[in-house]
Amino acid sequence: MLLEINDIHVHYGKIAALKGISAEVDEGEIVTLIGANGAGKTTTLKTVSGLRPLTSGSIRFAGEDISKMPGHKRVLAGIGQSPEGRGVFPGMTVEENLLMGAYARRGNFSKELAEVYELFPRLAERKSQPGGTMSGGEQQMLAIGRALMAKPKVLLLDEPSMGLAPKLVQQIFSIIVEINRRGTTVLLVEQNASQALQIAHRAYVLETGRVVKSAPAADLLDDPQVRAAYLGGGAEAQVGAPAEETPRDAAEAGPASEEEAPRGGAATGEKTPPVAAPTRVEEDDESS
Amino acid sequence: MSGATGRKSVGFSLDPVRDRWDSAPGWARWVVYLLLIVGALLLPAQAIGSFMAPSSSDWTAMLSDQIGIFVLLGLGLNVVVGMAGLLDLGYVAFYAVGGYTIAVFATKYHWSFWSTLVLAIVAAAVAGVLLGAPTLRLRGDYLAIVTLGFGEIVRLTANNLNYVNGPRGIQGIPHPPSLSEWTIPGLEVQPLKYGLLDSRPYYYLLVFFIVLAIIFVKRLENSRVGRAWASIREDEDAAELMGVPTFKFKLAAFAIGAAIGGSGGVVFAAKQTSINPGSFTFMVSALVLAGVVLGGSGNIPGVVVGAFLLSWLPERFRELADYRMLIFGLALVAMMIFRPEGVWPSRQRKAELAEGTGGMGSMGAEVPGPGTTAEVAK
Repeated sequence: MLLEINDIHVHYGKIAALKGISAEVDEGEIVTLIGANGAGKTTTLKTVSGLRPLTSGSIRFAGEDISKMPGHKRVLAGIGQSPEGRGVFPGMTVEENLLMGAYARRGNFSKELAEVYELFPRLAERKSQPGGTMSGGEQQMLAIGRALMAKPKVLLLDEPSMGLAPKLVQQIFSIIVEINRRGTTVLLVEQNASQALQIAHRAYVLETGRVVKSAPAADLLDDPQVRAAYLGGGAEAQVGAPAEETPRDAAEAGPASEEEAPRGGAATGEKTPPVAAPTRVEEDDESS
Repeated sequence: MSGATGRKSVGFSLDPVRDRWDSAPGWARWVVYLLLIVGALLLPAQAIGSFMAPSSSDWTAMLSDQIGIFVLLGLGLNVVVGMAGLLDLGYVAFYAVGGYTIAVFATKYHWSFWSTLVLAIVAAAVAGVLLGAPTLRLRGDYLAIVTLGFGEIVRLTANNLNYVNGPRGIQGIPHPPSLSEWTIPGLEVQPLKYGLLDSRPYYYLLVFFIVLAIIFVKRLENSRVGRAWASIREDEDAAELMGVPTFKFKLAAFAIGAAIGGSGGVVFAAKQTSINPGSFTFMVSALVLAGVVLGGSGNIPGVVVGAFLLSWLPERFRELADYRMLIFGLALVAMMIFRPEGVWPSRQRKAELAEGTGGMGSMGAEVPGPGTTAEVAK
């Protein structure tokens, strides 16, 4: 196993955010954590990347216990993260942002830079533009590209679809598949469960700080409970959290055939869900 | 959506100057540097002084006691606030540590000026680390409050400590030893002879420190350290994810800023020959910070201009008595409305402010600025 998360507990003050999460990510996989707001997805990622300290439990990466390792050293060990809300450096240009991604490394980064520009041609067009003046989609591309500059073994992505227009969500997800195809393991956190399950190999369902289900992603797409809670299909079953907690699900679920699409369908970009309930439509950058 | 024009800065843009500078050949830059230094050395001249200072006050003393010190302190605070984005409201503490170190070691242990100078700089840097180590886990407003407290702790400790004579302070601090009796021909200035009567040699000493500080800080800014500070200022969590040891670099910013402040304290104490806690009030921290922000935090020329203006204007208009504080306050408010990025901001800093988080005291939250939507909608 490349990454083993072993019964971790994390607290914000006295409030327990994670109450014993265990998960595994094998080399070459795309693994996704899905769940409602407050389920602990982001906290799990932050704990893996070292931004949050553990209360108990352990995290092993490439066979080594990294539970006590500070965040900046985990980058060198091979964990790269694109943080929630993108975390682009607003005053730095696109190229400076990307070079910051390689901060921990020494040597020549022109090869990685060229690769990122190839994955995201839009970034190449905007090399010298300040990161803060870019649209939401471009910032997301920049955040992912920046994380890739460190040549991570595993790439942690925190809600890459957040606030993006449907068309752009498709594009980002197909790029994630491409990144994985080129050999980077991906741990993906998403509220957009149907999209995430379509590209992932395996998935964990999180609820109030615990893992309630783990299975191959394709199985979860058909799971009646998951469909009821996260994909908006049928009300016959309930998983702990009522469906209203994830309001975007109702809008996201397309016709049944949509959800049963073969894995990787998103990568082709042919199937577009009718509505993907973007929260901030005005950030669609396709026009700019 | 609202106030898309609210952020637009009023008045002149310095972008043409910046572009000229960026494309200027190396020798042209050196000529400008040399002219600036020569200009700084000529400042105490009587012809300039008659305009800069009202008839009753001593222009050379104003330069050495106020302006020179403030510019040096501004450069030091700029490392902490402008470059690393850590809001420090207790910067006067390091100035005090520098001053008290020379006072104690020169009067009680009879150390020479130059060895106390080194010691004071080290002591101030250590004070910076001591303050930083427990508090730099805090962010934004919380850090500001703790540093504000630290400034007061240092002053109150000096005020209540018998070892340093409490509120009476320490007297009889020796002047720096004269390096040479050499006189500049035709000017009757002995620039390296430090005495009671002539303020100019102290001003030249400050100019020397200021130039050193500028070279040092500028070199840091263009290095890996400077890039690390910029990333911490813009998004601390993201910086850590890039592999920047954020805590270490924040501590370094505190120590370097403190060391520069400490050197200011040494010159101040040696010039005055006596110090007391009354010289190290919160007002000094506030004024230096105002100078940094007003000038354009993060940009060295801007900070020098800002600190110069803030220390000079209130002295220049002394005849307005208490009204000048009122005018001064109004001017600061007007400045923050019409040109919030400062008189002479750096390009990067301007982009940060337009985005909304602005670095200083953002606490890692994504706060959309009024300018953000305007940029996206375009």
